Amino acid sequence: MSDLTDLGIAGIRDGVRNGSFKARDVAEAFVAKVSAAKALNAFLVETPEHALAAADAADAARAAGETLKPLAGVPIGMKDLFCTKGVATTAASHILEGFTPTYESTVSGNLWNAGAGMLGKLNMDQFAMGSSNETSAFGNVISPWRRSDGGNAALAPGGSSGGSSTAVAARLCPGATGTDTGGSIRQPAAFTGISGIKPTYGRCSRWGTIAFASSLDQAGPMARDVRDCAIMLGAMAGFDAKDATSLKLDVPAWEAGLSSDMKGLRVGIPKEYRVDGMPEEIEALWQHGIDWLKDAGAEIVEVSLPHTKYALPAYYIIAPAEASSNLARYDGVRYGIRDLPAGAGLQDMYAATRADGFGPEVKRRIMIGTYVLSAGFYDAYYTQAQKIRTLIARDFEQAWAKCDVLLTPTAPSAAFALGEKSDDPIAMYLNDVFTVPSSLAGLPAMSVPGGLDHHGLPLGLQIIGKPLDEQGVLNAGLAIEERAGFVARPEAWW
Amino acid sequence: MSVDTATVKRIASLARIAITEEDAVKMAPELDTILHWIEMLGEVDTQGVEPMTAVIPNTLRLRDDVVTDGGIREQVLANAPVAEHGFFAVPKVIE
Repeated sequence: MSDLTDLGIAGIRDGVRNGSFKARDVAEAFVAKVSAAKALNAFLVETPEHALAAADAADAARAAGETLKPLAGVPIGMKDLFCTKGVATTAASHILEGFTPTYESTVSGNLWNAGAGMLGKLNMDQFAMGSSNETSAFGNVISPWRRSDGGNAALAPGGSSGGSSTAVAARLCPGATGTDTGGSIRQPAAFTGISGIKPTYGRCSRWGTIAFASSLDQAGPMARDVRDCAIMLGAMAGFDAKDATSLKLDVPAWEAGLSSDMKGLRVGIPKEYRVDGMPEEIEALWQHGIDWLKDAGAEIVEVSLPHTKYALPAYYIIAPAEASSNLARYDGVRYGIRDLPAGAGLQDMYAATRADGFGPEVKRRIMIGTYVLSAGFYDAYYTQAQKIRTLIARDFEQAWAKCDVLLTPTAPSAAFALGEKSDDPIAMYLNDVFTVPSSLAGLPAMSVPGGLDHHGLPLGLQIIGKPLDEQGVLNAGLAIEERAGFVARPEAWW
Repeated sequence: MSVDTATVKRIASLARIAITEEDAVKMAPELDTILHWIEMLGEVDTQGVEPMTAVIPNTLRLRDDVVTDGGIREQVLANAPVAEHGFFAVPKVIE
C-alpha cells in the first residue's frame, strides 16, 4: 500500500468510507510521522491516544454499517490556541504553563463531533503574536522547506500558525486548525506551500479559543488543497450561542459547491497592492494568477482600495489595544503560573507574574495597547484607527460594485530565515501588509500555492471575497490550484 | 512627541508588568519607533467618519434570564495556582 500520510483529508475520508484501508492504519501512520519529526518542533503536546480512539470509533462505525461522520478517520493537528479538555493548552506562552482546560473550545469540539481525531497541540507564536513562530516560549518551529542553494538555513514557517503550516507541509497531519487575526493562517500557508482559509468574521465560534484581538480573531483550516479546506471549514463553522459575535447562519455545503468555472465572474486587481520594492518574482506570480483566472473564464478588472497603506498601522493600534484588555486576565490568580516575590502584595504579584510569564513581543504589544488606550491618547490613536477601519471596509464595499473577488499576493516575499527579521518589529509587521486589510474588514480570504521562487521556496496567492462568500473564495482558489500545478514538497530531512 | 524611560515605566505600571530600569531603557526607543510609524494615521481626514464597531452587521441576541451554568466549583478552581477552602487565594490585601 502506498504511504497513507501522502493522502489529504478527502482521500482519507473516502478511503475509510469505502473500506480501502482502516482508519486505525491511517492514525498509526501519522502518529509515527509526528513522533519522528521532533526536529521541526511543530508539536507542543502529542496525543496519539486521541487520534487512535477516534480512528477506532470510525472503524467500529463502519463495521456496524453506520453512516460515517464527515471527518470519520481523519486525524488532525490542533493549534495550541484552542482549549482542549484534559490536554495542556498554553498559547505557546510560559504564563499558561500547567493550564489544563476543563472544557473544550467550540471549534475543536465541532471537529471531534465530526469524527476527527487529534494528533497533538501545535506550536505557534506566543498568543498568536508574530509572523515567524519565533515568539513561542517553547522554541522556534522550523519550516520543512530549505533553500535550494544548499545552505540549509533554518527557515521561518510563517506565523502565527507556524506549527500548523509546518505540520501540514511536512505531511505530519493532513489538516490542521489555524487562527487568523491579521494573516496568521494565510501567511504561514503561503510560506509552506499549502492552502488555508480565514472565513468571514463570525463563521467560526471564538468560544474557548484563547483571545488575542477579539474583533479580528477567526479560526480556519489549513490543509493541502482547496477541497480539504472546504471540508474542514464545514466541520469547524456554525452558530454558537456562547459567542456573542457568532453569526446565526447555516453552514453552506462548501465542498459540494466547489466549481472552478469562473465564467461571468469579475476578479479585481487592487492597484495599491503593487507596493514599492516588491520582488519581481512576486509580481510575476501575481501575473500568473491573473492569467490563470482569465483562463478559467473570469474577467479581470483593476480596482482601487485607496486606504490600503493605512491598514497596517491601524491594525497595530486596534490589535494591541484589544490584546492589552484581553490579556489582563493573566494575573497569577485563576490559572497558569504565579510569581510571588517574598513579602509581595497583590499588585506586586500581578506585575511579577506578568513580567515573568509574557514573552518580549507580547509585552511590547500589551504596552502599545495600554499606551494608545491611556488617558489623553485614546481619541488620537484608538478612535482614529477605528475610523480608518471604517474607511478600509468602505473601500472594499466600493470594490464589490466592480468585482466578485480580489486577487493579490499573500505575502511580500517567500519565507525568510529564522533570526533575519526578529530584531526589527516593523520589518516583521510588514509581512502582513497584504493580509491585514481584509482582516480589518472581516472578509473571507484564503491563500493557495502559486509557484516557487528562485530558491525553490513556495509563494502564495491570496483571494479575498465578499462577506459570507467563502464559496466564491474557494472556487477562485480551486481555479488557481488546477492551473498552477503546484506539486513541489519539501524533502524529508528531519 | 517621543517615548522616554519614564513613560515606559508609567505604561508598564498601568499594564501591571514589572520592568527593570535596563528593560525600560531598551524598550523606550522600540516603542517610540512603532508609535512614530503609527502616527501616519493622523494624515487621514476622518471628519464625519463613524468609528467601526462591528465588521459584520449582527444584532446582539437576548436570552431568557435563567441560570444555564454553575455547580462546577472544582472545575473552576482546578487550574488555580493556589486555591483554599473553595476559593482562589491571593496575598493578604487588607491589614
